[in-house]
Amino acid sequence: MTIDRRSFLAGASASATILAAPGLVQAQGAGPIKVGEINSYTAQPAFLKPYRQGWELALEQINAGGGVLGRKIETIFRDDGGKPEDAVRHAGDLINAEKVDLLSGGFLSNVGLAIADFANQNKRLYVASEPLSDAIVWAKGNRYTFRLRPSTYMQAAMLVEEAAKLPAKKWAIVAPNYEYGQSAVKWFKDLLKKAKPDVEFVAEQFPALGRIDAGATVQALEASKPDAIFNVTFGGDLTNFVRQGNTRGLFEGRTVVSMLTGEPEYLDPLGAEAPVGWIVTGYPQADIKTPEHVKFREAYMKKFNDYPRLGSVVGFDTMNSIGAALTKAGSTETEKLVDALKGLKFPSAFGAAEYRAVDHQSTLGAYVGKTALKDGKGVMVDWSYRDGAKYLPSDAEVKVLRPAG
Amino acid sequence: MDPGPPLRSAQDDARFRDSHQAPHGSCMIDLILTQTLNGLASASSLFLVASGLSIIFGVTRIVNFAHGSLYMLGAYLAWTLVGRFGPADALGFWGGVLVAAVLTGLIGVVIEVLILRRIYQAPELFQLLATFGVVLMLQDVALGIWGAEDKIGPRAPGFKSFVVIFGNRFPTYELFLIAVGPIVLLILWLLFQKTRWGTLVRAATQDREMVGALGVNQRLLFTSVFAFGSMLAGLGGALQLPREAVTLHMDLAMISEAFVVVVVGGLGSVTGAYLAAVLIGILHAFGILIFPKITLVLVFLVMAVGLVVKPYGLMGKAPVGHSRAHGPPEPLLLPADGPTKLAGLIGLVILALVPLLAPDHILLTLTELVIFALFATSLHFMMGPGGMASFGHAAYFGLGAYGAALAVKWLGAPMEPALLLAPFLAGIAGVVFGWFCVRLSGVYLAMLTLAFAQIAWATAFQSVDLTGGDNGILGVWPSAWAASKTVYYYLTLSICAAAIVALRLTIFSPFGYGLRAARDNALRAEAIGLDVVRIQWVAFAVAAFCAGIAGGLFAFFKGSVFPTYMAIPRSVDALLMVLLGGVQTVSGPIIGAFAYAGLSEQLMKMTMYWRFVLGLSIVLLVVLFPRGLVGTALALRERWRKEPQPAVSLVEAKP
Amino acid sequence: MSAVSPAQITAAVAASEPVLVVRDLAKSFGGVRAVDGVSFSVLPGTMLALIGPNGAGKTTCFNMLNGQLRPDGGEVLLAGRPITGMKPRAVWRMGVGRTFQITATFTSMTVRESVQMALISHAGEIWSPFGRARDRHREAADALLAQVGMAAQAERACGVLAYGDLKRVELAVALANQPRLLLMDEPTAGMAPRERIELMALTADIAAAKGIAVLFTEHDMDVVFTHSDSVIVLDRGRLIAHGTAQEVRQDPNVRAVYLGTGATSGGH
Repeated sequence: MTIDRRSFLAGASASATILAAPGLVQAQGAGPIKVGEINSYTAQPAFLKPYRQGWELALEQINAGGGVLGRKIETIFRDDGGKPEDAVRHAGDLINAEKVDLLSGGFLSNVGLAIADFANQNKRLYVASEPLSDAIVWAKGNRYTFRLRPSTYMQAAMLVEEAAKLPAKKWAIVAPNYEYGQSAVKWFKDLLKKAKPDVEFVAEQFPALGRIDAGATVQALEASKPDAIFNVTFGGDLTNFVRQGNTRGLFEGRTVVSMLTGEPEYLDPLGAEAPVGWIVTGYPQADIKTPEHVKFREAYMKKFNDYPRLGSVVGFDTMNSIGAALTKAGSTETEKLVDALKGLKFPSAFGAAEYRAVDHQSTLGAYVGKTALKDGKGVMVDWSYRDGAKYLPSDAEVKVLRPAG
Repeated sequence: MDPGPPLRSAQDDARFRDSHQAPHGSCMIDLILTQTLNGLASASSLFLVASGLSIIFGVTRIVNFAHGSLYMLGAYLAWTLVGRFGPADALGFWGGVLVAAVLTGLIGVVIEVLILRRIYQAPELFQLLATFGVVLMLQDVALGIWGAEDKIGPRAPGFKSFVVIFGNRFPTYELFLIAVGPIVLLILWLLFQKTRWGTLVRAATQDREMVGALGVNQRLLFTSVFAFGSMLAGLGGALQLPREAVTLHMDLAMISEAFVVVVVGGLGSVTGAYLAAVLIGILHAFGILIFPKITLVLVFLVMAVGLVVKPYGLMGKAPVGHSRAHGPPEPLLLPADGPTKLAGLIGLVILALVPLLAPDHILLTLTELVIFALFATSLHFMMGPGGMASFGHAAYFGLGAYGAALAVKWLGAPMEPALLLAPFLAGIAGVVFGWFCVRLSGVYLAMLTLAFAQIAWATAFQSVDLTGGDNGILGVWPSAWAASKTVYYYLTLSICAAAIVALRLTIFSPFGYGLRAARDNALRAEAIGLDVVRIQWVAFAVAAFCAGIAGGLFAFFKGSVFPTYMAIPRSVDALLMVLLGGVQTVSGPIIGAFAYAGLSEQLMKMTMYWRFVLGLSIVLLVVLFPRGLVGTALALRERWRKEPQPAVSLVEAKP
Repeated sequence: MSAVSPAQITAAVAASEPVLVVRDLAKSFGGVRAVDGVSFSVLPGTMLALIGPNGAGKTTCFNMLNGQLRPDGGEVLLAGRPITGMKPRAVWRMGVGRTFQITATFTSMTVRESVQMALISHAGEIWSPFGRARDRHREAADALLAQVGMAAQAERACGVLAYGDLKRVELAVALANQPRLLLMDEPTAGMAPRERIELMALTADIAAAKGIAVLFTEHDMDVVFTHSDSVIVLDRGRLIAHGTAQEVRQDPNVRAVYLGTGATSGGH
């Protein structure tokens, strides 16, 4: 319970340098553009294996089209093992020793914040793909950091919209005890209270990430007799929580509103034990028929012989948005890239999106729906796409939330 | 969602919900009783692992760090075997679980025969480190075989449902687990009381020499005990299959708790292990209810209090004989001679000239190495001359880092005062923790330092408001004048070199001699008027203070501080640096720090399975070079000189 | 003990008060009375032997005198001042030196350093974190080593010394605080017969010269009868005889106790 394997990926971890394309290096004198990509590959493989594949798909497509600025893009992957300390070390090594042009990646919010702080101090660009904490673009936002995925604020806002429609008054909460969990809970409570002033929060459980004692936690939530539950756990914690909750009847007669649970990376491992009727954010990958997505999905399945997870989309979109930024900037110089990213419109698998100039948050959205069981597998039903732009506060509010400007 | 065939009708269930509207009091009692059951359920696997650990310690006197890894292997093996035998079928499931336990026992045999057999006579710390090397190796073995993804096991046939107890639904599998604990305890008792093997195990636990005298095949006894303990760990892991996902970090999560249980229960006592496991399990369950935010601290607090109040555990007995029972006597320690001093000076000059020649990233690596050299030297100070092996030295490194970071975050302090403050936080912790630690010795002292380090770690991890928890504290950057890599390097080099030289001088000062006297022979030291406990206490605090200096510098070097600074791996890093260099030499830790940090970085770049290679290196180091690099070099030099007249050559060694 | 030396007479006359007075000393372990109402005293410059069969309570008695064990009852006076229940290092500060049955030296130090260590402690310099310990009290250490005949081996490691030499170093270390009382637990155990005689003769000379009172336990009756001024005999925790070697030898109680037991040596 006190130390885990992630903490053992001490120091620089297994790093694999992947040359983007086996083809000849451009003969123009300039070598490839280098992207230093730091992620928790071994600690969060469920999300990050597909992420890396999505990234490689986009990279292949870009380089097959001649790269950008007449140069190929090359990625140096580093594994932070889920430890911010290691992420910072990699960031230093990538910039100083590998001389990368920009940094990207980050899965866990605390890792993302640490890289963002490092990027700001060293005046280097960091495109945060997955870390969801809103602090990355708001409270601790800085000139050099941009973030792709809808934040904890945005996803909480999408879920609150549904939660407010429920009759439930008494809410219980379970969330992992680090930046992502804390931030998601804060916004969910704030926004739900605003939408429905008579709700009360009767229990909060903050198990350490990857260390949930599910039986006792379920019992503690049960003891508060909530009308509804807001869940923020994911991965192994979610699996243990759902299993104990099912057996102990925690979810019966209660609505559960849950972050990320509709993502295939977390829903699929639950198999037939997947919960039914939870209101979730996620990714109904098989059912999205927009042309952008169909094209992406087909290319992905062809290359990897596997269906995409949400991680695949995030990896794909991050690489594409970096490519678009390089093209727009016409340079690999950090300051020019930063200026190019402000207000940059880029194509994504979910349709066009934009990095907002005001807070560097992209307007990529998320799917909200309900979980159901189909052929012994968890799926999302009654879903709809929520455009990120609609779930962000006004520019004036953002200016208050983001002291860095 | 398939909770299995419900045992109760829908009406029952509705009534059960209604019962929630019952008066508060009875509800509270129900909750307390249910949480007690939850605690008992989680205590079972903990007990299986801890009892194995305890039995192994009792007979072989080895604290097996790899026991958590065996638990993990048991779970993975069960996952594979149950999947293969058919999870829905009762025979398939339980057969898979049992075969997994037996296979884990066989893996234990392999470990014992290949590694442990060679280090039974080594000092405790070396044994601990060797088994830690096994932990690293097994992690990569599991990664290689099963991959990084979490594995979710099937539910146990016949135990898929629940019963209603105390107004709450309670999974039948958890009830089954509650029963497993006492049943295994009973089996163990019968085994120990009624069989010849059990009698031998008990005899060996009480007095090792006696078994040798009885003419028992000691090798066979040790191997069988290790296999048996491993099997218990494997069974513990396999039984977790229906309960939680199998992951690659089960091993260390379990071992640190099992340590707590074994230490609180008393090393070598199976009944003690059961009582302690129940205590910890229940503490956990109620911790979640009452102090959901300090659950991690609670467990180690119990261990620390346990060690302080009953140093040998609930059911344990004081070890018979001398505390420094094994390991060779300490060799002569002499001040450096001329050439050695010259070499040191040249090394320092080279380090000072590096910024003129080397690129930035080399400079960054060197900054880190220099900081680690001080960290290792501070540990060596208490461990070498002090004879106190700390398994939690990272606590003071981390507290130094947090001291600096907290000063920046909460007091808005600039770098200079924050750096000054840093070692004091570490030093004060050293004074407080050290007061308790120096009253113990050997493996008990190591365990208590570990407990305190875990308390510090858990506090940093869970006091989100103060320390930012797992998010760490960011923005701890140097003042403008020191922001350049070169300037910060020189700052680090001058502070660390000064601190290392000061520690060195202290080792050869009257205080350092007193410290060594206390280590060599505490009884004798007391009999010539030395206050052994106080001398060791001061040394403990000094070591903590110096680790704090290193931690403060590290914080401003990285710009951020995280709980991992205090985690067990960092403590192990420090130990490895000291042992690699050679614990009986004064310059060892410096050489060791450079060698270890340099080596591990190269390893990580070279192979994805660097943990395996590192673990193997640790094992080989312990088995082949117990004196470390510098120690081995000195021994070779001594042999080369053929010891013509060592006495004279020593006299001539001018300071 | 051979002829009475002039120095001894001087010392005895100068301070006829006993250095050590023990009254009704008692200690039990789990109901067993290991030491039961023992009283005796030692005069300056004299050697008192404490003998008795194995398990008679000699070591327990010793450990209470130097503070390692706290007595259940009775008192211990050093030059008239109570030291009962004091810690070993406090007892040492009062002027009590001690050697151990199992030699207890500092293996990581040279012979001279071991003695220097004791001298540093005696001078109250132990907390000094700077300055080389090897340079302190060097002459004094060498003088002590010369006294016990170990000057030639001053630079050798304690860990490699012969057993007899170790005992001499022990003696030098025990003399470092200029003790009034020297407690020696089995000082000659494990030594060759000739070495035993030499060591005890040396001790007797030093004791006489400096007026040190010596209390020692011993298995070897030759040593006891040659080197003690008087002898006390313990059996099962009780003092059964007290007198000169000659008197004790004739004592019927003592003879009864020692009858059938190997009177010369044996482990503990």
